[in-house]
Amino acid sequence: MLYRRKSSPSLWEEMDKLQREMNRMFDSANTNRLGDRPINSYDFPAMNVWTKADSGQVITAEVPGMNVDDLDIKVVGETLTISGSRPAPEEDEKNRYHRQERGYGSFTRTIQLPFPIDVDKVEANYEKGVLKIWLPRAESDKPRKITVKAI
Amino acid sequence: MSEQLSNPETQKQEIVEQDQAERTRDSRVYVPRVDIYESDEAIHVIADIPGADENSIDITLDKNVLTIDAEVQVEKPEDYSLTYAEYGIGSFRRKFSISNEIDQEKIVAEVKDGVLKMVLPKSQKVTQKISVKATKE
Repeated sequence: MLYRRKSSPSLWEEMDKLQREMNRMFDSANTNRLGDRPINSYDFPAMNVWTKADSGQVITAEVPGMNVDDLDIKVVGETLTISGSRPAPEEDEKNRYHRQERGYGSFTRTIQLPFPIDVDKVEANYEKGVLKIWLPRAESDKPRKITVKAI
Repeated sequence: MSEQLSNPETQKQEIVEQDQAERTRDSRVYVPRVDIYESDEAIHVIADIPGADENSIDITLDKNVLTIDAEVQVEKPEDYSLTYAEYGIGSFRRKFSISNEIDQEKIVAEVKDGVLKMVLPKSQKVTQKISVKATKE
């Protein structure tokens, strides 16, 4: 039997990706029933969450073409809210649009974090259209190691 | 709720190679979303390519085919592992066929905050237009 060493980047990675996309689709379909957002709209911006056990999380989001001043990041308790708006293109009657695929307008997204964070140490940077937020876990919430004494 | 994007579809679209040619590099390729508009002097192309910078963007114009190729490096925060992902990271690529009336020497492209803006000036050469007359019977 022919053994293909690497048929795709990783089969499991592919499966994971598919599952995440499906989940996301159904999740947003459910939340849409509550709001008046159009069906098939996804939560914007899409986020990736990176975790390091005990020390915190890093959240990245692709939000190209923003002014840093228009980006608003709030942390209250264990929820993180990102809001902002991307300016609409300047309208000029002389311009004739061939395609308009890029979105604009305002957005808000709130997510629940798995642990309380140290609000004073939250850092965010915006580079090349990618927003990166560092959320360190609160010191008081970090798991403590308990030493077992032999009697 | 007025918090609504005019174009709410945020899912990145992955490219489907139509000419069956695969890329040698084993990475994902996405289609950047673009706005294209035409003014009297030029054609403007604006593309969202988050994660790419001026050094990783490759724009070529060959036989009236404009290709935008932007390489995106996956920047993993050190020691962190990806636990939840809604978007994939990969390069951006898109091709457009451009009409002859572009002054290919004067194309200007700039990138800022993950948005590529290109101005393709129309050439001043007056193209010969053939007027069509309606013949009366």
